Amino acid sequence: MEKFNKLTGIAAPMPLVNIDTDMIIPKQFLKTIKRSGLGANLFDEMRFDKDGNEIPDFVLNKKAYKNAEIIVAGENFGCGSSREHAPWALLDFGIKCVISISYADIFYNNCFKNGILPIVLKPEEVDLLMEDSKNGENARISIDLERQIVQSSEGIEFSFEIDEFKKHCLLNGLDDIGLTMEKVSIIDEFEENYQKKMPWV
Amino acid sequence: MSTAKTLYDKIWDAHIAHQDQDGTCLLYIDRHLVHEVTSPQAFEGLRMAGRTVRAPHKTIAVPDHNVPTTLDRVKGIDNLESRIQVEALDKNAKDFGVHYYPVSDVRQGIVHIVGPEQGWTLPGMTVVCGDSHTATHGAFGALAHGIGTSEVEHVLATQTLIQKKSLNMKVEITGSLKPGVTAKDITLSVIGKTGTAGGTGYVIEYCGDAIKELSMEGRMTICNMAIEGGARAGLIAPDEKTFAYCEGRPHAPKGEEWKQALKYWQTLFSDEDAHFDKVITIKGEDIAPVVTWGTSPEDVLPINSKVPAPNDFEGGKVEAVKRSLKYMGLNPGMSLEDVTIDTVFIGSCTNGRIEDLRAAAEILKGKKIKEGLRGMVVPGSGLVRAQAEEEGLADIFKEAGFEWRLAGCSMCLAMNPDQLQPGERCAATSNRNFEGRQGRGGRTHLMSPQMAAAAAVTGKLTDVRDLL
Ligand code: SF4
Repeated sequence: MEKFNKLTGIAAPMPLVNIDTDMIIPKQFLKTIKRSGLGANLFDEMRFDKDGNEIPDFVLNKKAYKNAEIIVAGENFGCGSSREHAPWALLDFGIKCVISISYADIFYNNCFKNGILPIVLKPEEVDLLMEDSKNGENARISIDLERQIVQSSEGIEFSFEIDEFKKHCLLNGLDDIGLTMEKVSIIDEFEENYQKKMPWV
Repeated sequence: MSTAKTLYDKIWDAHIAHQDQDGTCLLYIDRHLVHEVTSPQAFEGLRMAGRTVRAPHKTIAVPDHNVPTTLDRVKGIDNLESRIQVEALDKNAKDFGVHYYPVSDVRQGIVHIVGPEQGWTLPGMTVVCGDSHTATHGAFGALAHGIGTSEVEHVLATQTLIQKKSLNMKVEITGSLKPGVTAKDITLSVIGKTGTAGGTGYVIEYCGDAIKELSMEGRMTICNMAIEGGARAGLIAPDEKTFAYCEGRPHAPKGEEWKQALKYWQTLFSDEDAHFDKVITIKGEDIAPVVTWGTSPEDVLPINSKVPAPNDFEGGKVEAVKRSLKYMGLNPGMSLEDVTIDTVFIGSCTNGRIEDLRAAAEILKGKKIKEGLRGMVVPGSGLVRAQAEEEGLADIFKEAGFEWRLAGCSMCLAMNPDQLQPGERCAATSNRNFEGRQGRGGRTHLMSPQMAAAAAVTGKLTDVRDLL
């Protein structure tokens, strides 16, 4: 998992509330054997028409937002399925951070497992950033995870809360596996003793 | 405090690499079994993170869920998604250097049959697989259970699993079984008694004289369905039968190591006064040949019973029974022995071993299956198939009118083309009778291989004791 520390990037405004995991990545793309490559179908049904042509009005199809790394979204983002395909798709597209008033619980946790930072702010703060992000490439939003600060393009700062342990994991790029890997010397030691006692295993 | 330990306690304690203050453990894993459905994203995760498989020599992969079981399977797999999954496993096994039994290998088969057969599964081990019926391996006194895809990746990378300990449950089957009653009838009867959630939060140890009398095959059938009773895993203490089964298998220890292992394995039992959080006792004599009538494995009754009515139940189960009777096309009060079937499926990781085939063949010897009925025997592995051919069982099946298939999961879950049509009714030796499990709209009655063979002869659900 990649480390997350500071990010300054283009934010795409998606004021819709209850954006669910089926919108983020529709069901027909879940049968894959991969977790990479899903970015091509991120928001597929909102992004493309039946013939596969881009719908020009959709925010991520607009030139200004093609390289967005942040989504500013309406509340309860990521509700629906527990599968990890939604964060996989976001990440594969290049989204590293979401800013909203609230998230579905499982999605929120799945983000951390995949190195995405979901930030919770107050409604009026999200509103301000939503307006800010409508300026496209001209409005870069900055995030400083270490200091727990979001900064608008005009330099207005908001602070956000985050669980200490989750913060530690993101800052150091640690998923469950990464965390266990931190204990690799303990595993090595255990394995060595164990293998001596039970050489047949 | 007493220092007496259960079998589960002993295996657990021997595998704790690290323990957090809140009791979360890093459990060391001895054997990691891998199949094609739940592993691709885990391997991909390793690649993306630049990680390797920590212990490829303890990792065993075999395709089983998607593989065709028809004799022409060398031609390849038609369904694109199935083919991609099997090809992905081929590649991952090769790239990461894990033990592999490809479709073309005679040792290929259902992962839970291949593990014990090749001597990978041994007493006292921790065994995991991205598959809920991993519980099967508990028959050897190994702590074995299913895990999710993210955990598959975790085990591949670290050879450990983040786990909290479950509670201990003892299920004792006393006395001995009557003729016509099998391990499958025990395990279904236990679920009938405890319900599908009765084991939730527990690891079950099966014990008692009736369990001791069972062969290793029968014990695997028992543990296989621990998960259907909601338990995390099922265990049976290893004994002389276990050791005899393991001895000489390709990956079992040899020589000095065998002696050393044996000495350790002989300490693997629950101490006399060890604490169990829950105890259930059933008399072996009270168990009859059973079949399921509904769409949950707990919907089970002795074969000479009548189909129950929704009002025989309480709470949410009333609605569930209404729904399942409708789905199953059965009416309350009807004799189970009057239920006619179209298909018989003998196989799966529950009952696809040599002893199961012997038992079914015994009933079918010199008989024909009912006209118009479709019968399918799918051996659990290529080696089971070969042995059955050598023993003449295959001829008995073929002469009776059964299709004699190649090894795989087949109609247990209908991921390959072996599926029921809507409304078709099947006597099956597998483990799940959920709606649509064997194909959309298909109706499944679970039972033992003997009972399935008896049903094949009469074309109805049948009390095998009438044919003995
Ligand atoms: S035989 Fe059935 S239950 Fe067993 S592993 Fe295959 S699909 Fe699962």
